[in-house]
Amino acid sequence: MEKQGRWMVGRYNVRCMKTVAETGKARWQQETLEPALKKSPERAASFTTISGRPIETLYTAEDVEGIDYTRDVNNPGVFPYTRGIHPTGYRGKLWTMRQFAGFGTPEDTNARYKTLLKAGGTGLSVAFDLPTLMGRDPDHELSLGEVGKCGVSIMSLADMETLFDGIRLGDITTSMTINSPAAMIFAMYLVVAEKQGADWKKISGTIQNDILKEFIAQKEYIFPPRPSMRLITDIFGFCSERVPKWNTISVSGYHIREAGATAVQELAFTLRDGLEYVQWGVDAGLDVDAFVPQISFFFNAHSDFFEEIAKYRAARSLWAHAMRDRFHARNERSWKLRFHSQTAGVSLTAQQPYNNVVRTALQALSAVLGGTNSLHTNSLDEALALPTAEAATLALRTQQIIAHESGVANVVDPLGGSYFVERLTRDMEDGARAYFKTIDAMGGMVEAIERGFPQQEIAESSYRFQQSFERKEKIMVGVNAFVQQDDPPIEILYIDESTADTQLAKLEALKKTRNHDAVAQALDSLRAAARTTENLMPRIIDAVRAYATVGEMCDALREVWGEYEEVPII
Amino acid sequence: MRKLRVVIAKPGLDGHDRGAKVIARALRDAGMEVIYTGLRQTPEMIASAALQEDADCIGLSILSGAHNHIAPRLMELLREKGLDDVLVVIGGIIPDVDIPKLKEMGIKGIFLPGTPMQDIIEFINANVRARV
Repeated sequence: MEKQGRWMVGRYNVRCMKTVAETGKARWQQETLEPALKKSPERAASFTTISGRPIETLYTAEDVEGIDYTRDVNNPGVFPYTRGIHPTGYRGKLWTMRQFAGFGTPEDTNARYKTLLKAGGTGLSVAFDLPTLMGRDPDHELSLGEVGKCGVSIMSLADMETLFDGIRLGDITTSMTINSPAAMIFAMYLVVAEKQGADWKKISGTIQNDILKEFIAQKEYIFPPRPSMRLITDIFGFCSERVPKWNTISVSGYHIREAGATAVQELAFTLRDGLEYVQWGVDAGLDVDAFVPQISFFFNAHSDFFEEIAKYRAARSLWAHAMRDRFHARNERSWKLRFHSQTAGVSLTAQQPYNNVVRTALQALSAVLGGTNSLHTNSLDEALALPTAEAATLALRTQQIIAHESGVANVVDPLGGSYFVERLTRDMEDGARAYFKTIDAMGGMVEAIERGFPQQEIAESSYRFQQSFERKEKIMVGVNAFVQQDDPPIEILYIDESTADTQLAKLEALKKTRNHDAVAQALDSLRAAARTTENLMPRIIDAVRAYATVGEMCDALREVWGEYEEVPII
Repeated sequence: MRKLRVVIAKPGLDGHDRGAKVIARALRDAGMEVIYTGLRQTPEMIASAALQEDADCIGLSILSGAHNHIAPRLMELLREKGLDDVLVVIGGIIPDVDIPKLKEMGIKGIFLPGTPMQDIIEFINANVRARV
């Protein structure tokens, strides 16, 4: 056993080996635990995290032998940033409280944003409806019944102007959950900012723009993987020059987890997706340090408290190592993993919905203890519908209570040094590295997706969880235990069909008033450029300025690139 | 007696297929023949699949709120094709106020989040048309 490979107990251990042996874990198990178990056994034959990871009765200094503090953990603000990327944690600046919102028409959502900002929200986060996410206008066959339902309907620049009416884009940061048509929506945002007089070099925010997790989990893809990746590297290139403060991608584990992945799978597939984007950027001729600092991440804040904290800590360390050692990034900003988190939608229950407030608070606390840079807390009614304004405000208040009342934001990484959390962090890293190896051997993430590898892994985990839920090995309060029959109904937000009518009327009016030739010309040049390797962003911005719709721009690219169809894996 | 044949379909634009996949697998494990259509199926595609596959049951997974448009259209098509004896069930996020309307148009089972798989299996076995 080498001295360097010890954790914390180093000095104590070396001097008093005998004491350690006498108080060692094996001896404790034999002399203290076993007699206790004979008298009264534990509640279950085994204990596991929500991901199925076995958890021991006790963790001691022996469990962290082999972890070197300076090499593997280190102080906050110092490589590999396990304890955080900022030396002051939340003592400098609290996390951004960013509540995801969007529904109905742009007018409806604009009003909700103004409410959230007035209530003390510190950033905006746009939820788009399914037609927008899938690059379809409201008059397309598949948009039937979907307009404005899961988010706001955005057809053209005109809608984007309404969405941000009275909100200064130079003064706030905006996150936009948009993937396949990310370039088109981002272009609209840029043009609105420009019209408001904001400087592209100064505005900041995030586009999700993560197509790999769409193929893996959420399935909102349009084009095949390779042209989809090209759109993303075009955005990297464009932003590194023109919009340098923008987060060009939010590499997302959230949806991977919601689809049923374990914590390690979420961590591994997300980080490996991140490495794939970096590789494609490098292969497209970009300098690592010119675009990697604009990459951010998005994780799920799930229910298993310590496993989640370990996941975030492991993510920072894995990224730092990969950027420095695999991609030879020299800029420290490339090494630092910044992430948003959102509490687990899948954990919310339609039964006894007020219980969701408690779940969300605990999940949010784990994200804060794990050092999240921004956070969305789900509303209590989200297993039933999109949130009402009251429910969304309560969710925001949950964050404010954690930030201002609990005291957890007074110190950096308060769980650093916990035998259990450090052991779990290391196990998470090891688990993720094993997946990296498998995916590397397949040739990368695009190839792994084409073979259905992550999809299959997630489907397995999801089914395993369902079975353990059915056997009541995993409990959901109010669903498979502590059930009550006379659940009083709560008020929910009901999106009626008038949104579709309004948007369809607007679309018709737009097509009559805009300059047809300008639209046709812009779309032609977009099509032509898609056949070359030139950066598509300027062409897309031109089309947006001419008020081309999301559906028209996506159709132009569909004509050149075709559409992706998956082989479903059960 | 042949196995029960169930078409599991995901209509609309939504891609959240965790529920559809889990139920497909659970029904298969319960001894049924499961045909999973994959994503983004129109009511026309689902009705054709039910006809081609000689389905005893169609299970729709809808979380996006589009059920009020998809369900009536599908039921109409099933009637046109003479498939009105096929058991149709829906799983997903369905507001309480919509449930009576869906039942009226002939959707027999509506399963909300948290329903045990066993309940769905038993419901299908109990409600599917008598087989020859």
